[in-house]
Amino acid sequence: MFEYIVKRLLFAVPILIGVNVITFSLFFMVNTPDDMARAQLGAKQTTPEMIQSWKVENGYDKPLFFNGDASGLDKIQHTLFVQESLKLFAFDFGQSDSGRQISADIQERMGPSLAIALPTFIIGLVTNIALALLIVLFRGSRLDTITMMVAVAIMSVSGLFYIIAGQVLFSKTWHWVPISGYAEGWEGIKFLILPVLIGVFAGIGAGMRWYRSIFLEEMSKDYVRTAKAKGLTDIKVLFGHVLHNGMLPILTGVVVVIPTLFMGSLIMESFFGIPGLGSYTIDAINAQDFGIVKAMVFLGSVLYIIGLILTDISYTLFDPRVKLS
Amino acid sequence: MATPFYSLFTYRIFDKFLMILFLSYVTNSTASNWNTPYSEEQVRSATLFSAFSQSPKHLDPVVSYNSNEWAVLSQVYEPPLQYHYLKRPYTLEPLTLQKMPDIRYLDKNHHPVSSNSSNIAFTEYLFTLKEGIQFHLHPAFAKDSKGAFLYHQLDEQAVHSIKSVMDFTHQTSRELLAEDYVYALKRMALRQNHSPILDSMMQYIVGFKAFSDLVTEQYKTALQAEDKRVQTLYFDLNQFEISGVQVVDKYRYKITIKEKYPQFLYWLTMNFFAPIPWEAEAFYKQAVLVEKNITLDTTPIGTGPYQLVENNPNKRMRLLANANYRVELYPSDGLAEGADPALLLDAGKPLPFVKEVIYSLEKESVPLWNKFLQGYYDASGVSSDSFDQAVSVSSSGAMNLTDEFKEKGIQFLNMTQPTIIYFGFNMADPVVGGYTEKQKKLRQALSIAINFEEYISIFLNGRGELAQGPIPPGIFGYTEGEPGINRVIFDWKAGRIQRKPLAKAKQLLAEAGYPNGIGEDGKPLTLHYDTAATGPDSQSMLNWYRKQFAQLGVELVIRSTDYNRFQDKVRKAKVQMFSWGWNADYPDPENFLFLLNGANATIHTNGSGINSANYDNPEFNRLFQQMKTMENTPERFEIIQQMLKIAQEDAPWAWGYYPKSLSLYHSWLHNVWPNPLANNTIKYRRIDVNERLEKQAEWNQPVMWPFVVVILLIIGSIYPLMRAYRQRQTAVVISNKQDKV
Repeated sequence: MFEYIVKRLLFAVPILIGVNVITFSLFFMVNTPDDMARAQLGAKQTTPEMIQSWKVENGYDKPLFFNGDASGLDKIQHTLFVQESLKLFAFDFGQSDSGRQISADIQERMGPSLAIALPTFIIGLVTNIALALLIVLFRGSRLDTITMMVAVAIMSVSGLFYIIAGQVLFSKTWHWVPISGYAEGWEGIKFLILPVLIGVFAGIGAGMRWYRSIFLEEMSKDYVRTAKAKGLTDIKVLFGHVLHNGMLPILTGVVVVIPTLFMGSLIMESFFGIPGLGSYTIDAINAQDFGIVKAMVFLGSVLYIIGLILTDISYTLFDPRVKLS
Repeated sequence: MATPFYSLFTYRIFDKFLMILFLSYVTNSTASNWNTPYSEEQVRSATLFSAFSQSPKHLDPVVSYNSNEWAVLSQVYEPPLQYHYLKRPYTLEPLTLQKMPDIRYLDKNHHPVSSNSSNIAFTEYLFTLKEGIQFHLHPAFAKDSKGAFLYHQLDEQAVHSIKSVMDFTHQTSRELLAEDYVYALKRMALRQNHSPILDSMMQYIVGFKAFSDLVTEQYKTALQAEDKRVQTLYFDLNQFEISGVQVVDKYRYKITIKEKYPQFLYWLTMNFFAPIPWEAEAFYKQAVLVEKNITLDTTPIGTGPYQLVENNPNKRMRLLANANYRVELYPSDGLAEGADPALLLDAGKPLPFVKEVIYSLEKESVPLWNKFLQGYYDASGVSSDSFDQAVSVSSSGAMNLTDEFKEKGIQFLNMTQPTIIYFGFNMADPVVGGYTEKQKKLRQALSIAINFEEYISIFLNGRGELAQGPIPPGIFGYTEGEPGINRVIFDWKAGRIQRKPLAKAKQLLAEAGYPNGIGEDGKPLTLHYDTAATGPDSQSMLNWYRKQFAQLGVELVIRSTDYNRFQDKVRKAKVQMFSWGWNADYPDPENFLFLLNGANATIHTNGSGINSANYDNPEFNRLFQQMKTMENTPERFEIIQQMLKIAQEDAPWAWGYYPKSLSLYHSWLHNVWPNPLANNTIKYRRIDVNERLEKQAEWNQPVMWPFVVVILLIIGSIYPLMRAYRQRQTAVVISNKQDKV
């Protein structure tokens, strides 16, 4: 397995270089360093001297991919791409174009993002699996039909609606929890109840339908018929056999998202005033802050690759027949 | 005996709800209301709760030039002057000075001359500070018993547990000195600090450019030599002097500017001129602090009524009243005409009243608005979505609060901002530009056709005032009523302003060579409007513009693009028509009329000028030069009227509107008075904490019946489920189909 992981990590290097090339190309296709300087300087009158000074200080006076003025290897080395990319591979995210330390910002914002994403993920997973099992227990009944209709209805409504409706109902009308805000420690629980509830509820439709289809497929297999023939109750069959065997396809979709939970949720965090990473990249794109954009795209790619590797590893844990090589 | 399935299910549900109840109790037991976002200590103290929607990027006073940043910074830093809180027209008064600066006018040989002399080559300002003003408590000033700074040589270990400057054990202060103001100017001159007004100040302050060039070059060399970044290399600026800026003694300093520029005093109300102690810069340039985002740009240190004790731009900013604040009293005079006399109830009392200010990040308008209605924000603006809920507009256009809001005791202020949003013509364009009679008439016709009254009504809910020229109300040179109207576009009929009829616009268009919008080539006149408005929300506004032009038979083509491209096109004069705006930096007509001064045209300044319409009328320019440095005298007023008339006739803008701001505040917040040019106004606010507590409790009683209904529904669904399950388990197989049991 170790050899497999090392191999996968080495494969990740060209992928990350490719991601960087695309990020650098796309960003500078839309924004010129002069535009970035104007956005960062924020002056009513921006003089050429101010722009040039800002570009030199932030390294944007260098060519993007090829330095025609340099000689030899410096033609490649003395470029914005190489100098900034190398730092990223050392996980040195440097500073944002407005001067803040990106690593410190990420560390500070990761906790609040996880505070919402992790309980939403775990409670959502357990709820969806539990409800899917319940529906499978009553498969073919009116309860199954009605629940599936409700699930489709839940899926069809925008997540934004649940957020606003939840805020209006639970906070504005019934006064149970704060509309938005965040605090660390136990005091923060009251701020998390509503976003977590909404996050779980908004995901029930899709999650329940997906897990139901997985469990139904398992239910049609021979080992289930055998178990039933042995006289096991439906509950014992479901929890004792179907759940375990259904975990493999569930893992495919679940484990891969675990590392990306750190990245937060844009809409949820914006509406609930959670100081997480959700809006960090979007805000940076709007502010034309390339320092943050490149760091966050790189980090997102790394986390996704880690998620895929973890998924492969998790297969071996749930299905001994799978060997990584 | 095995526990029945339904019992387990029921118990688990109960467990869950009990847990929620318990958590709710635990987490809310410290505060009066379940849905309060604050701790009990905060709501029971004189804390002002406010919000911000955009994270501040810079809190360094020489860099920051953004209103959301100044909302915080101006409570912390103290430039030498401020605007009187209540007086109108806007009036300057000393803030940290004993008196207004002493002004001397000098000729080229530095001999004093009179203020109206034609030989004025320099103006010298002498500032005398109040004695005994203290900086906030800060670790940068802390010294050991031998007099050495405690925290100027920090290493990784020393800052291991430090998250903000408040975590340092030793915090001391020192007296504000004249050299701190001079040091701030030196920081401004350093190009690497990116002060947005550096190039402007170079035009005025004697020796500023030479100083800037010198220190910028020296600093650049030092950066290369030490291989450091600007953030981590402390550079002793005190070893260099600006020829036009001198420290006279401990409490006095002098600034000499070129020629006469009375508006310079207005600049001295801005944070760019606030004092910076050199110790702070030496402290904040330490790499171990920079890595933790503890810099002068994130953690200001001033002498103001408040100290920033928490700065998480993604969550919250917290100001605490400065324990070292000197005695400053609430104003006893200057109440403007029509203002609430209650504004003088606190006259002569020491400031500040509010002990703590908490700004929370609210990116979305829905939670912000609802929290205001719950009483968790003390004041709020009014978004378009909430306008109808809060404000009713009478047939005469007067705005009033709705009954619902009146019952809650909410108050509102409605004032026209010192801002103009204008529709500009590019005067360098061959079609809409130019100064011939025909070209003027085309612009005049279009200006009549674009009905901004309708625009204000449809898109701004009436929150705007028709612009008659570049100068907004409240600024010297603005004239109200009939004498002030733009006669090219409007008439005065039956005691009110009225737009000229469309027939007049059509007549002007025909005289311009486009009868019914048809050009000499027989084709309809097609004009282009450049805009950065690209979203779906903008479509209705853009369609409205098309409709205005279509009334004259003119086809309007919208060229939407992103903001970068739009700015670039304006700078390069590649637009035909566009919309733009200007906020007053200071309350002087020069700050608006220079938007039309030929020397500031973008085509004459390589794109850096602020005259985006490229208007360049020699007579207007001449009068501008004459008016620019005058005091606000009747003579100056007369010149301004002449300039306005020229501009109205030439119509380089279709003028647009002056936006109005509407702010709501609760009855427990006192001394609220709009002063858009002053930002340091929180010190005047007072809060009636008991009234706030009562209202918050009254408005936020938890409603429990839905909770009970949900529990009953869940319990009620368990039995049918159990029965169905048992039936399925005991059902007899009636066919051999697998899934029918």
